Amino acid sequence: MACRTCLWLLGTTFFTCTVRLVVEGTEVGATQGSQPEPGVVGSNHSQAGGGHGSSISGIQIVTFKWHHVEAPYLIALWILVAGVSKMVVELNHSLTSVIPESALLILIGWILGGIIYGADKMQTFTLTPTVFFFYLLPQVILDAGYFMPNKLFFSNMGAILVYAVIGTCWNAATVGLGLWGCWLGGAMGDIDIGLLQFLLFGSLIAAVDPVAVIAVFEEVHVNEVLFIMVFGESLLNDGVTVVLFNVFDAFVSLGGAEIDAVEIIKGIISFFVVAFGGSLVGIIFALLISLLTRCTKNIQIIEPGFIFILGYLSYLTAEMLSLSAILSIVFCGICCQKYINANMDERSVTTVRYVMKVFANGSETIIFVFLGISAIDPAVWVWNTGFILLTLLFIFVFRFIGVFLLTWILNKYRLVPLEFIDQVVMSYGGLRGAVAYGLVAMLDENKFKEKNLMVSTTLIVVYFTVMLQGITMKPLVTWLKVKRAAVTELTLAEKIQNRTFDHMLVAIEDISGQIGHNYMRDKWHNFEERWLCWFLMKPSARKSRDYIFNIFHQLNLKDAMSYVKEGERRGSLAFVRNETKADVDFNKKFRASFSEIMPDIMADNMGPDHVPLSSILQDIVPSVCLVMHEQDLTMRESEDFNAHHLLQQHLYRGRKQHRHRYSRSHLETNRDENEVQEIFQRTMRSRLESFKSAKMGVAPAKKIQTKHQKKDKPQKMPNGNSSDKSKNHPYGDKGTCSLLFTSLLHYMKWLTITTSPSSPIKGPPTSCGMHNNTVPLKGD
Amino acid sequence: MGSTNSTLSKIPNVEELMEETGFTPAHIVRLYDRFEALDKEKTGHLRPQDFGAINRLAMNPIGDRIIGAFFSPGQETVDFHSFVRILAHFRPADKKHPKDPSMPEPVNSRTSKLKFAFQLYDQDKDGKISRAELLQVLRSMLEMQVTEEQLESIADRTIQEADLDNDDAISFEEFRKVPLGRARRLTYQHGPLQHSAPRILSQPHRK
Repeated sequence: MACRTCLWLLGTTFFTCTVRLVVEGTEVGATQGSQPEPGVVGSNHSQAGGGHGSSISGIQIVTFKWHHVEAPYLIALWILVAGVSKMVVELNHSLTSVIPESALLILIGWILGGIIYGADKMQTFTLTPTVFFFYLLPQVILDAGYFMPNKLFFSNMGAILVYAVIGTCWNAATVGLGLWGCWLGGAMGDIDIGLLQFLLFGSLIAAVDPVAVIAVFEEVHVNEVLFIMVFGESLLNDGVTVVLFNVFDAFVSLGGAEIDAVEIIKGIISFFVVAFGGSLVGIIFALLISLLTRCTKNIQIIEPGFIFILGYLSYLTAEMLSLSAILSIVFCGICCQKYINANMDERSVTTVRYVMKVFANGSETIIFVFLGISAIDPAVWVWNTGFILLTLLFIFVFRFIGVFLLTWILNKYRLVPLEFIDQVVMSYGGLRGAVAYGLVAMLDENKFKEKNLMVSTTLIVVYFTVMLQGITMKPLVTWLKVKRAAVTELTLAEKIQNRTFDHMLVAIEDISGQIGHNYMRDKWHNFEERWLCWFLMKPSARKSRDYIFNIFHQLNLKDAMSYVKEGERRGSLAFVRNETKADVDFNKKFRASFSEIMPDIMADNMGPDHVPLSSILQDIVPSVCLVMHEQDLTMRESEDFNAHHLLQQHLYRGRKQHRHRYSRSHLETNRDENEVQEIFQRTMRSRLESFKSAKMGVAPAKKIQTKHQKKDKPQKMPNGNSSDKSKNHPYGDKGTCSLLFTSLLHYMKWLTITTSPSSPIKGPPTSCGMHNNTVPLKGD
Repeated sequence: MGSTNSTLSKIPNVEELMEETGFTPAHIVRLYDRFEALDKEKTGHLRPQDFGAINRLAMNPIGDRIIGAFFSPGQETVDFHSFVRILAHFRPADKKHPKDPSMPEPVNSRTSKLKFAFQLYDQDKDGKISRAELLQVLRSMLEMQVTEEQLESIADRTIQEADLDNDDAISFEEFRKVPLGRARRLTYQHGPLQHSAPRILSQPHRK
């Protein structure tokens, strides 16, 4: 199987090269012949490709029209080759867990590059900046923005900005100046370069690359905060990189003499303009997308297209205005997520999500393969030991210093300090990637005499970080964590207890509350609910939330009442028979709202002001959890295998173990959401049960006031059976009923976006009076 | 600190409470704010439905049990003192104070914590976790797809492992013996209240 795909891969490459050779051969032959007349270009093309002369000898039944299809054919072929390479890479899972995919793809790129070079004697295919920046990068970044966990991102925004802006500037300055110093000291020999060029080089090599970062962090599971730091930094530092690059490029053009304070100030101002301008463009496009999807009720099939086109347009618009294109598309994705998911049809949402992953994956693969291929080009190779080694050293060392320094400063202001191991992972995870290569390839050779040297160095840096650091990330972390608790075989009782304690701790935290309200956050929330949702969401999306609330509430009320009445009418046996019928299937009703709300709720309160107390318990949430990863993968062999295995698989994981996984290649329905949903359903169901059993013990002749219209909704069967028939509600009967209804009420409040004070929350306040058992019941 | 003092003066017997539980005034104030926030109808007592209003508890498999643990048997409401007393179980242990065998067990010692946990299992308060009670806890913590037989086998094996005197139930002593990596983690290790309380007080109180 592996052999076959390898052969096929090689075959396609050979085919590409030979086709080109053949074509070139025929081209040469053909152009010696006819001169194409302006009006008949088309037919002459076909003739030139087919025959060897200019004279038409007869009707050609089949002609070889290579030139006709050359460009699109090659593109399609390369996409195919990239796809097949990815397949080859994924063949062996144990290999990919040791070596990250990106490294393997680069290897394949080298092989392919070698083949092509061997066939063509020159590198015909390289990663050109245009192709990279216009066709390959946008999808990747749009994917990152669209799937960004917003709450987490914005709560940690301060820290992310510090790392992105100050960290990148620090890296750029130190690397540039360090190299310049060493050049002055003669470590690099004789090269035609100056301070400004060093600074420019420093600025383009300093930026952490989002593509590479994800690729490596797929295998190393880190906790949410750490992940969002590195990821957020890699996305936001583009603002800085673009500015620095342009500024230093302009300075190099101007020459050293022209730089004065004015220019420097202009440079600083341009940073703000570029960064905020780019974000603004992105936000405007996000608004556009939301508005558009709001109006597509009648033609839902085209909805997914809008997202991609408008996302791409936001990228290009920012590029056109010389603002930060990456920031633009990131914010476009971030801001439009919520509204388009609410507005669009379910299938459109799924389509968008899936297609986005397809594109992002494809782009990433092509990027890495071409990064490999581009290296096999002797024309660009200039070796300068000093330059290259020093660059490697400096980016590595200065990254560490920068991160530790900034973290030390940040920890004074953060409630949850970033630990040592977090900082190590962050520093070590600062990978450089294709963006740096794209930028360096854009340099003008005339201004930068040493462009090839820089290109070679950049390539080496990229390979070093992606391959070496990628491969060694996991072992490094394991080694660092080896002082922590070893995974010993726990007894069943221990496991159960551990899990119970986890849950208990989470519950106590919830009871004792969060650390104060975040004023700004509440204001934003109110603003958003009142204005934005009204403006950007489809009326039906908004209404359905209220609708759900009403329906749900009525249903349960109705269930409860009918249940009680049945029981009263028929005697206690009826309870046994009708029990399951009165349960409400939460799943079907609330799936859509659940999936939006749940991640919010779970990722809620993660910022410095809203830190769940458990994250202050430094021991419990390990920053890098390889243990969990292995537990997922391995099975435990022990004599009571079954019991342990069952526990392993099926114990609810508890909230603080929910990791948010952003993954380029996996679009999994969040298991955590399902779990939370299931737990919630069971809790509600058990409360309903207790309510029913409580009602049992109450004397008849009760009437319950109903103020809503009755709507006829089919009752769904619950999934799973509640075998928990215990009448063991821990708090009294009266407590149970009121608990049930007020918890339902609060749940619904939580789900709905009630914007006006006169919200449709009738009923429950009066039904709370039920616990006094004196509310009159009207007939159904 | 003026607001602290004024809040403290609202609470009856607050010195006694602090003495007993070991919370600092800032903690108490913080907890009192929380208590008031939960007590929407301002009755001065919390009822089960006030706890039920905490949405996240509904997402906790043993949430309802924990709510129950706040209410002593027969009691319908929780006042502030009981509220604080129960939360005091989770304060970090005072390492500085020497162990004085004559004094009663401090409220946040390891044993008290374990006792609290034990109560979660032992619903009928007979001092033992019977097989049925264990089954209930397991049922609530395992996913729906686990069948009854699997559940029972897990429960049986668990009792087998932990039960030392072969009475088919787990007493508190046997419960204690299960070596817990996490019992010591049943604390707010850095006293989040220690971190947060000063911060809260330093910010202007916004509503």
